[in-house]
Amino acid sequence: MKMNRRDFMKANAALAAASVAGLALPTSATNLITSSEQTKLEWNKAPCRFCGTGCSVMVATRDGKVVATHGDAKSEVNRGLNCIKGYFLSKIMYGRDRLQTPMLRMTDGKYDKHGEFTPISWEKAFDTMAERWKATIKAKGPTAVGMFGSGQWTVWEGYAAVKLMKAGFGSNNIDPNARHCMASAVAGFMRTFGIDEPMGCYDDMEAADAFVLWGSNMAEMHPILWTRITDRRLSAPHVKVAVLSTFEHRSFDLADLPMVFNPQTDLAILNFIANYIIQNNKVNWDFVNKHVNFRKGTTDIGYGLRPAHPTQMKAKNADTAGDSTPIDFDQFKQFVADYDVKSVSKLSGVPEHKLLELAELYADPNRKVTSFWTMGFNQHTRGVWCNNLMYNIHLLVGKIATPGNSPFSLTGQPSACGTAREVGTFSHRLPADMVVTEPKHRAITEKIWKIPAGIIPEKPGFHAVEQSRRLKDGDLNCYWVQVNNNMQAGPNINEEMLPGYRNPDNFIVVSDAYPTVTTQAADLILPTAMWVEKEGAYGNAERRTQFWHQMVKAPGESKSDLWQLMEFSKRFTTDEVWSKDVLAANPSYKGKTLFDVLFKNGQVDKFPVSDADPKYMNAENDAFGFYVQKGLFEEYATFGRGHGHDLADFDTYHKEHGLRWPVVDGKETKWRFREGSDPYVKAGKGFEFYGKPDGKAVIFALPYEPAAESPDQEYDLWLSTGRVLEHWHSGSMTQRVPELYKAFPDAVCFMHPEDAKKRGLRRGDEIKVISRRGEIKTRVETRGRNKPPVGLVFVPWFDASQLINKVTLDATDPISKQTDFKKCAIKIVKA
Amino acid sequence: MKTGKFLSIIALLGFSVSVMATSVPEDKIDTLRLAPINVEPTPPAMQAVINTDVKQVRNYPMQPPVIPHKIDGYQIDLKVNKCMQCHARTSTGHSQAPMVSVTHYMDRENNFLADLSPRRYFCTQCHAPQLDAKLLVENDFVDIDHLIKANAVKH
Repeated sequence: MKMNRRDFMKANAALAAASVAGLALPTSATNLITSSEQTKLEWNKAPCRFCGTGCSVMVATRDGKVVATHGDAKSEVNRGLNCIKGYFLSKIMYGRDRLQTPMLRMTDGKYDKHGEFTPISWEKAFDTMAERWKATIKAKGPTAVGMFGSGQWTVWEGYAAVKLMKAGFGSNNIDPNARHCMASAVAGFMRTFGIDEPMGCYDDMEAADAFVLWGSNMAEMHPILWTRITDRRLSAPHVKVAVLSTFEHRSFDLADLPMVFNPQTDLAILNFIANYIIQNNKVNWDFVNKHVNFRKGTTDIGYGLRPAHPTQMKAKNADTAGDSTPIDFDQFKQFVADYDVKSVSKLSGVPEHKLLELAELYADPNRKVTSFWTMGFNQHTRGVWCNNLMYNIHLLVGKIATPGNSPFSLTGQPSACGTAREVGTFSHRLPADMVVTEPKHRAITEKIWKIPAGIIPEKPGFHAVEQSRRLKDGDLNCYWVQVNNNMQAGPNINEEMLPGYRNPDNFIVVSDAYPTVTTQAADLILPTAMWVEKEGAYGNAERRTQFWHQMVKAPGESKSDLWQLMEFSKRFTTDEVWSKDVLAANPSYKGKTLFDVLFKNGQVDKFPVSDADPKYMNAENDAFGFYVQKGLFEEYATFGRGHGHDLADFDTYHKEHGLRWPVVDGKETKWRFREGSDPYVKAGKGFEFYGKPDGKAVIFALPYEPAAESPDQEYDLWLSTGRVLEHWHSGSMTQRVPELYKAFPDAVCFMHPEDAKKRGLRRGDEIKVISRRGEIKTRVETRGRNKPPVGLVFVPWFDASQLINKVTLDATDPISKQTDFKKCAIKIVKA
Repeated sequence: MKTGKFLSIIALLGFSVSVMATSVPEDKIDTLRLAPINVEPTPPAMQAVINTDVKQVRNYPMQPPVIPHKIDGYQIDLKVNKCMQCHARTSTGHSQAPMVSVTHYMDRENNFLADLSPRRYFCTQCHAPQLDAKLLVENDFVDIDHLIKANAVKH
């Protein structure tokens, strides 16, 4: 339909007249409402709900609804910009199928594992849960209950969850979906630096002369950071961008040096660069002599598969995967000498001249280099090694912790750093980088939490993939999933996850705002408040902590994860969950509820409701009668203050547009480990990697080892999975925003036209993607944003009707326990 | 507080609030799947891009407009930005396409530049064409215009 301007004016005049007549507007002189009282919007800041970039957005509310959002001009992260998802944040809470009431599988009014989802009250929901939890703990002990959380929990939600599990139930079986996302990054940091999270910050992007992307499609996955790199690259022509990936994607559009390598050979390329630096006398000796130790890591460490898996049985050192022994520089030099340009070019498929050009970017002493990586490194059966080898390169040339010189591990989720990592919601971790296996760390934690000694178990709990296996095996029987959609996101759905959830011995509870395939596999669904329906805090990839206020009410009977956790804790007394010995030694705890012990402990309940800004609602304050978020945050912050993880006080974050920790004397820290920038570095040291006792970082000798599963004659293609720009993770929010849905409605299989032709396929044909574990139906895409090489296909995982994780393999990095979602062997047939 | 007003607005606009009052079978719970987890549904046929050039009303002024035409094969890289061949200020005379917003000429510090800001170079980070796909679930986002008008009625 074409309409010229004259037609439009006529139609518009009629429309305006009609609307004036129909609605009897008081202003008769104009068809516009201009009264400031009527057009005023209430604006407040909040971090974006999606990725780890941590953009700040301004949120407009009116009459209890979010009506608009835009990029926060005052935010250093995004300076007024958002990506397409961020611009549509206003609509994510308003999908018509929001869950409104708890629902239990029932038949004839009774719980039935095979029943239909039936609305029940919160009272009945918690009664049912508590009954199962108590019976299970009584029969099998605390290792039979577990929780799967998220890097999308707010800081205090993750903190309340870890307290409930580790201090309340005495179970370490709590893990976040962040295990799928950056566990390898964490283990990489701990091994090399002894302390988690990047030393640099986003300011590196305006200072660097070269950017190297390793397994990171920032153009789609961190779009706003990509705008900063684009800004730098296009406004300063000397800047170079190198992009490495196993297939060509949108980030290649900005690449001066594009490289597609064979899956898994990134390990060899990294070692080649270290070798090149040494062979060409480009080692920064002053830096290396003062600040670096050398170690050799254990090899042949297996693939984190079940112990009975043939591939796993072949591994010699699966039990000592994280071990290493000291070596000297010469031994390291000898170790990497095998990785010469010829052999690495042959192995990786990258031309020699490109490898040399890449190595020279790092070796050139006059070029500031920032490396970025995300899931290509982390979702890798040698992901920790990739992280270590990346740091090797930056350490050899001393390009670290100074503006523009930055090995930068990006995170996927909005609070993977702030919640999952810093709070320590992993099965082996405690707050502020502490671990359950260290007696001193448990003692510190038990003291801050004001619980008796001996409550936190020494043995790490089940990590993400192990949880699925234990559910299937019947060892883990009560399971609570919050803020994630693991039945879609987790690996090997057919063989491990679905049988685990549907095991008749198990009771599965899923808290979510929307129905998902995970709720579909659950026994009890809890409707959950999201984003600005609650007061929250996230921590982004550059150590920036950001707060927001509750701005609107959650629909129906939805409640925040925080309320759910705290309310559930009221259902248990210490006598029901703690050992008799501990209670006998600490009789004052007898008969108390977990709520009393964990949350009414004189610390969490210290701040009155009157401390909260009366301008905003706060559902949790109304429910519990004290300023819940402030109490939890301040108790949590005592873990890190004075220990390199200092957070500012609670009220400051409501005013600031985020601050990067450590925040010491009111000042944030942009670059850690460097004198003059990081208050923890002692005078005269220059650099100090204080996570290690001697202040030195570690360069690791680690080899190339093959992938867990590679294509063969029958399963003749590599499968890589991942995200697309327009959808966040499993699509449960973005698929409900019409504009985002229509931008990319269904998953497709991106493949090379030759691979399609070989199989008699054309664009749009229905196909089956088949592995040894399962299959999905999808359609062929030979054009568009991703251009895989011959021999590899890419299928995004956002589509609930195409569960590509039925196909993936649950092989993990043996050190980090993170799944490799980027490599498995498949075949494709016409459906 | 504002619940009463809110509900009356909902009623006024004729929106239905979907509270699930009855039981839902397992394979009907996930609106985005509507199939058992162990059954693979047939994927819908690939949809065409909506190519009408008819502007879609924005949800609020700050929303980047969706692209009302095909962009298949458009090159946006180090060498060329195909979109700006029509949407640059200087091109709109011959193309009659809308000029990119003035914000696109501003740098990180909000200074106006002589040409497109490099931070806005990759158009598809914010703008996407729409496929002719059937929505799986409606969205009840309320346009501020409806709220203002509803309020005006009451005054």
